[in-house]
Amino acid sequence: MSPEQLDLAPGDGPDAQHRVRSGVRTYLLGLALAVALTAASFWAAHTPFIYGPSVPIAITALAVAQMGIHLVFFLHITSAPDNTNNILALAFGFLIVCIVVLGSLWIMTHLAVNVHSMHDVLQMQR
Amino acid sequence: MSTDAIPAAHLRQTDVDKLGHGHGGSHRHTYATGHSGGGPASKRVVVGYGFWIFLLSDIIMFAAFFAAYAVLSRELAGGPGGRELFDLRSTAMQTGVLLASSFTCGMATLAVEQRNALWTQIALLVTGLLGAVFLVLEIREFASFVSRDAGPSRSAFLSSFFTLVGCHGVHVTAGLLWLGTMMAQFFAKGFRQNIGHRYLCFSLFWHTLDIIWVALFSLVYLVGSLP
Repeated sequence: MSPEQLDLAPGDGPDAQHRVRSGVRTYLLGLALAVALTAASFWAAHTPFIYGPSVPIAITALAVAQMGIHLVFFLHITSAPDNTNNILALAFGFLIVCIVVLGSLWIMTHLAVNVHSMHDVLQMQR
Repeated sequence: MSTDAIPAAHLRQTDVDKLGHGHGGSHRHTYATGHSGGGPASKRVVVGYGFWIFLLSDIIMFAAFFAAYAVLSRELAGGPGGRELFDLRSTAMQTGVLLASSFTCGMATLAVEQRNALWTQIALLVTGLLGAVFLVLEIREFASFVSRDAGPSRSAFLSSFFTLVGCHGVHVTAGLLWLGTMMAQFFAKGFRQNIGHRYLCFSLFWHTLDIIWVALFSLVYLVGSLP
């Protein structure tokens, strides 16, 4: 699927050709960045060069970066003024996702610390 | 190509890249965006923005499943954990296949913009085949878990794992069916405006599935198989 083959679209002027070329370049750039970040994640999971307990944080950071790459290069969500509505909806969704995930983890971690698990209770009854 | 297809020049002006673009009915571009300057937004913008809202709510649903998984991922009930179960080579292949299909979906978007029927069908077909390979790999993985007595009823960890990853798999399945109908509609009806709107929604859906998979392979598979 090279740009040259796509350029063979019938009935298109040079303007449209330019659009295809820049479009393909955008998608290729996004693909390259996503592949690099994916490879970095898999590398981080196996490498001995990163301090063990910090590996999950590194993988999370790489995942967030890759999601940003996908949003910008594949979904074309940008911070430009003509994208205000889209980015605001995205920001609200991000807020809810953070509340749901971090809130659940926060509450359940405290629950695990302060309340004995059913397994412990059964052990104590023996 | 049907006679009621919109002219290429019009399609080129249509902002595939800019959902919720507030220029509305007038062709004059205004920078007072988010204010719907120039009358009601075009149907394409309304459809795309509405579907974007749906996708965000879908992502929030996945966040709830993610939260459940994060809370339950250590509750093994004496069963196998992620380190014993996950085969990262299969995960890497799934990741590569889905990423490639997202890319070919982008190529299909460009072909639709150009009203190039042949390349639209080719790019969509490749997208669908890559999606099908992803599903086969996932089903094989699930089958191998179940055959090793690690089905969804084995432990809370596995229940939440199958719910989370299975939900993504169901979305990919639905996306494949949708992709098939899109190919049929482009074939039977050509590049009509309403079909272009449907395709816009499909491409957003497919790219979003890849975003969710990024979270899945990173936080479930990679972090889950750490020592």
